[in-house]
Amino acid sequence: MIETVIHGILLGGLYSLFALGLSLMFGVMRLTNIAHGDQIVISGFMGIAIAAAVNINPFLLILLLVPCALVSGYAFQYFVLNRTIGKDPLPSLVITFGLSIIAQNLLQEIFSANPRALDTGGLNTMGLNLGGDTVVGVLPLIILVCAIACTFGLQWMFAHTALGRSFRAVSDEKDIAELMGLNSARVYSMATAIAFSLVALAGLFQSMRTTVSPTDGPNLLLFAFESVIIGGMGSFWGTFLGAMTLGVAQQVGFHFDPGWGIWFGHLVFILILAFRPSGLFPKTKG
Amino acid sequence: MMDNSRRKFLKNTLLASSAVMAASASPWVRAGRDNTFKIGFVSPQTGPLAAFAEPDMFIMEQVRKLTANGIMSGGQKYAVEIIYKDSQSNPNQAGKVTSELILRDGVDLVIASATPATTNPVADQCEANGVPCITNDTPWQAHFFGRKGDPKVGFDWTYHFFWGLEDVIGSYTNLWQKLPTNKSIGTLWPNDEDGNAWGNTELGFPSALNKSGFSFIDRGRFQTPVNDFSSFISEFRKQEVEIVTGVITPPDFANFWNQAGQQGFQPKIVTVAKATEFPQAVAAFGPRAEGLTVEMWWSPAHPFNSSISQQSAAELAAAYSAATSRAWSMPLGLKHSLFEVALDVLQRAGSKDPEAIRDAIKATNLNTVVGPVNFANGPVPNIGKTPLVTGQWQRKGDKLDLVIVENSQAPMIPLQAELLPIKYS
Repeated sequence: MIETVIHGILLGGLYSLFALGLSLMFGVMRLTNIAHGDQIVISGFMGIAIAAAVNINPFLLILLLVPCALVSGYAFQYFVLNRTIGKDPLPSLVITFGLSIIAQNLLQEIFSANPRALDTGGLNTMGLNLGGDTVVGVLPLIILVCAIACTFGLQWMFAHTALGRSFRAVSDEKDIAELMGLNSARVYSMATAIAFSLVALAGLFQSMRTTVSPTDGPNLLLFAFESVIIGGMGSFWGTFLGAMTLGVAQQVGFHFDPGWGIWFGHLVFILILAFRPSGLFPKTKG
Repeated sequence: MMDNSRRKFLKNTLLASSAVMAASASPWVRAGRDNTFKIGFVSPQTGPLAAFAEPDMFIMEQVRKLTANGIMSGGQKYAVEIIYKDSQSNPNQAGKVTSELILRDGVDLVIASATPATTNPVADQCEANGVPCITNDTPWQAHFFGRKGDPKVGFDWTYHFFWGLEDVIGSYTNLWQKLPTNKSIGTLWPNDEDGNAWGNTELGFPSALNKSGFSFIDRGRFQTPVNDFSSFISEFRKQEVEIVTGVITPPDFANFWNQAGQQGFQPKIVTVAKATEFPQAVAAFGPRAEGLTVEMWWSPAHPFNSSISQQSAAELAAAYSAATSRAWSMPLGLKHSLFEVALDVLQRAGSKDPEAIRDAIKATNLNTVVGPVNFANGPVPNIGKTPLVTGQWQRKGDKLDLVIVENSQAPMIPLQAELLPIKYS
């Protein structure tokens, strides 16, 4: 049983990397990015394409792709999504939904429908013996450590930096924040820039861990979304714990019966929605 | 996926205009539409099944060239027009485009290929409208029983050729006896059409495995995709499993196989269908793909020739690689054979009369690039069987190649190599 929980926590690490970007964008501007999963897949494919062109260590790829994601996220929010932000949540939903379809078909056109993976030179199959019969993968462990570091970093930034203050300010009361001299368009763009760099990280790890193919996006979005909802809006530790809850619930389900795994995850999600609609650790109000 | 009618519109316009151009250049069509056989072709060009449709453009190009001067049928010359439709890997869309083909384009014959999600709705639509239809590349049980076929009655308009579950069971069980193991098998059968059929206690693997003295660990059906297989792996390790089999998708298998590596689970034989059938998908598993085994529906080593291009299987694969710079994949032969049967049928039909075409399909006895196709002696009506063997991904130089290692179900296809246990460093 302990082994099951350990594997659940490792899986939760992956889910929280998927979810943090979504949580950030929702927390700051109430924007649900339907193309989030597809953007994870795009980053995976970009990593694979670069790795195919130049022989590069997959971890150096992170250093290369994360800054690219920062810039593209900023530009994407500034030039596209900012035009859709308003009282009505529908335009941004429609735009990102459309983007999701465009992204899937574009990837298919460029990379074909075949699944691909990022070659980690054997890291993906390395294991670490924790004593007894419990063996964990090195890569899942790296992913978990990375997820904890990102959550910690985000929470610290929100609490202690000027940028974090401006995020909280436009999140709480956009109009008043603007009266105080904040340019909300810029603040939003910074938020998306950071969200995109988290997405790039998640995409690279996903393509190291398993394979990515052009139509994987919606499924990744689902688990990211469930993690955010379970954890509660606006709190990164909440999102992290939400992802852990989801990961452990799925593993416990799998332990009892393979048919129950994913279902257990959904069940926990529904129960939270029914009994604690604002999630386990909510910070932001609707 | 959304409706991509604009793209379809563009594509149709292009197809139509190229057809018009071809028509104006060829004198025999001037007499009118009566002298053209229209073939509707449904295939999953986009979506998760798109890997199956990769050879489509190459094959259609090939067929268009071969039929550029028309074909003879009943002493008269006919032009051949192919109308290509995308099923978007979606059964509903497959049915919708088929009814478009029938009602709007007025096709004489519908052909379709690749998985029950394509062949079943297409055949159902043709059966309902009384249009002749030929399909392949779906195990015949999933096609025939998946459409609620009655073995006593059969279907009026729709015919299908491929291998069946009995072939894959026979081939796999024989394969697993080729190496000394403890005969303990771990199974990965998901909760989908394939997983349920393979894991079915009476018709699937379990009864056959019991008969051959294998024991198997079946943890039950599961929902896919699965992001973590550690519960399976720890169970398999506990039960000392030496053979793993299943029918799961490439991402699921990549997860399973990576985690097996992490946890030090080292089975001697791994025979997983679906995940390891396509060379590009196998490339994603890196060096760990070496030694995996999978059933083969077609390969360049099959000793058969095309009835329309006269190419051998090897020549067809080489022509494809030269034209597209892609490695051969199994659907290539299947797609080619589908057009072989279609053209053979139309040549024998003698007219555009649907019943004449249907009767010609019924009487098919053709040696194709995937083997002999004959609907008269199938296991149930309307079904023709093609041979199945099992292959292993073995290293040839710095590349992995799928070679035939088991042929008990189709002895006419020669073995290429011995089965080797998976090597672990």
